[in-house]
Amino acid sequence: MNTVALPNAAPTRAGTAPRRIRGATTEAPWVRVLLIGLALAFMTLFLFVPLVTVFYEALKKGWDVYLAAIVEADALSAIKLTLLAAVISVPLNLVFGIAAAWAIAKFEFHGKNLLLTLIDLPFSVSPVIAGLIYVLVFGLQGWAGSWFIDNDLKIIFAVPGIVLATVFVTFPFVARELIPLMQAQGIEQEEAARVLGANGWQMFRRVTLPNVKWALLYGVILCNARAMGEFGAVSVVSGHIRGQTNTLPLHIEIVYNEYQFAAAFAVASLLALLALVTLGLKYLVEQRVKSQLRGDSDRHEQAKNPS
Amino acid sequence: MFLRRTLLKRHSVLPGFDLALGFALLYISLIVLIPLSAAFLKTFTLTWQQFLDATTTPRVMASYRLTFGASLLAALLNAVFGLIVAWVLVRYQFPSKRLIDALVDLPFALPTAVAGIALTAIWAQNGSLGQHLPFKVSYTPLGVWIALVFIGLPFVVRTVQPVLEDVNRELEEAAATLGAKRWQTFRHVVFPIVMPALLTGFALAFARALGEYGSVIFIAGNMPMVSEITPLLIITKLEQYDYAGATAIAVVMLVAAFGLLLLINLLQSWARKRQGGLA
Repeated sequence: MNTVALPNAAPTRAGTAPRRIRGATTEAPWVRVLLIGLALAFMTLFLFVPLVTVFYEALKKGWDVYLAAIVEADALSAIKLTLLAAVISVPLNLVFGIAAAWAIAKFEFHGKNLLLTLIDLPFSVSPVIAGLIYVLVFGLQGWAGSWFIDNDLKIIFAVPGIVLATVFVTFPFVARELIPLMQAQGIEQEEAARVLGANGWQMFRRVTLPNVKWALLYGVILCNARAMGEFGAVSVVSGHIRGQTNTLPLHIEIVYNEYQFAAAFAVASLLALLALVTLGLKYLVEQRVKSQLRGDSDRHEQAKNPS
Repeated sequence: MFLRRTLLKRHSVLPGFDLALGFALLYISLIVLIPLSAAFLKTFTLTWQQFLDATTTPRVMASYRLTFGASLLAALLNAVFGLIVAWVLVRYQFPSKRLIDALVDLPFALPTAVAGIALTAIWAQNGSLGQHLPFKVSYTPLGVWIALVFIGLPFVVRTVQPVLEDVNRELEEAAATLGAKRWQTFRHVVFPIVMPALLTGFALAFARALGEYGSVIFIAGNMPMVSEITPLLIITKLEQYDYAGATAIAVVMLVAAFGLLLLINLLQSWARKRQGGLA
């Protein structure tokens, strides 16, 4: 599609055979081949090889070793804790994402840019520092630490700390997906719903939610993938108590450091599968959002030029 | 009603502003702002001299050099290849293109610990690729760099790709009509359009690499003065119950990260203005 065929444009002077000429806005074939080759080589070396390695190393010693590593008691309790952290943090961040996106996308208010920057903040804070700040607040010497300990509530080196750290590192995802889409969609449909007598909840459920459902799903998928895979932040607050405060990524580290490489990769392959499922769903959802946006703009065009 | 009256720039018939903004602000304060301010307040328990001593020991300085140096070089490689990958994905048709496009985001989706052990299995001295190399990769700064290239890979591609898709092909045709060679068209027409996005992607990859922990520690070997990154040093201090020391180093990294965040925001508003001007 990039070589523009110009049937009559080739200069056919007497004596010279008609030469296929290149479109003025495409590159020479060798440049194209070189660039595609470079891109594929880079992607293979830095993405495909690591991905394949995970599954290869996991299955190198056979299915028995693979299954044994996954059904082992510590691995199972790590799976349970990982699911628990995700089940708590994803809905919390979902509610926050919807609230923040509603305020930011549908209203003009002072301090909006500051709020947007604050939402991005966890992306630029190192996961290690994310864990550290909760240790500073809830740890033994922390601000709130003594109160929680007096009341026999353990936050750091316990499950609540893991959940908090997970909430911190995953909290921008849903908001980040919703804000640009809701901004692009504008407020006309919601205003129409209000004028037609819908109350706030009806407007949200019948107009806003159907408009953003795919982006919402996509945000939840990303949020969940990160929640289940977070390592640095959780590592700082977990205390690494086997069978109690180890999530899947932490379990991988421990097993790996005990030189049980096949077992480490077996557990890692579960998370790699989750990553692949995430990418697959992301691809599907993106197609949906694209066709939805196209549909929206078509409708706008029709509204503008009724034929 | 308080938020609506004081903050709203324009009257709106839509409901829920107070509830939505109020909840969002409360949530951000509890989850992010209060804990983050704890880090800054903790450093005030140190005198200025103690703060300097904690953040400038030779071992800490070596970790800054490694972290910032390797992050910069990784972001540079990602800028070059990210631009190529984005270009190829937008402009050319080739087999497996959709697969490649979908897999670009793998470093976002793959947990860092998984990436870390996979990269080690590849590049270690007995690894699948490492054993064929005449030099050591794992347990050296080179290994750190490889891990940081991996995790920074999607940023440049995903910031440049949409801009490249929007480049008005008529501009390129005009350049060609005016006699520009293809390379000249790219250098003087296309490149200036994608440049702000390229810089943004570079800065994002750099910022992400600065704080990265999980994918690096397995392949780095973590030898003090040689292959020990700053985030690991923070954890080491914490494990020695040196909370103040750990926090002091963390504050240095936070200031660097916030500086970058500010830069990225400026770059993006610059990019928006330029795009607005060109459209």
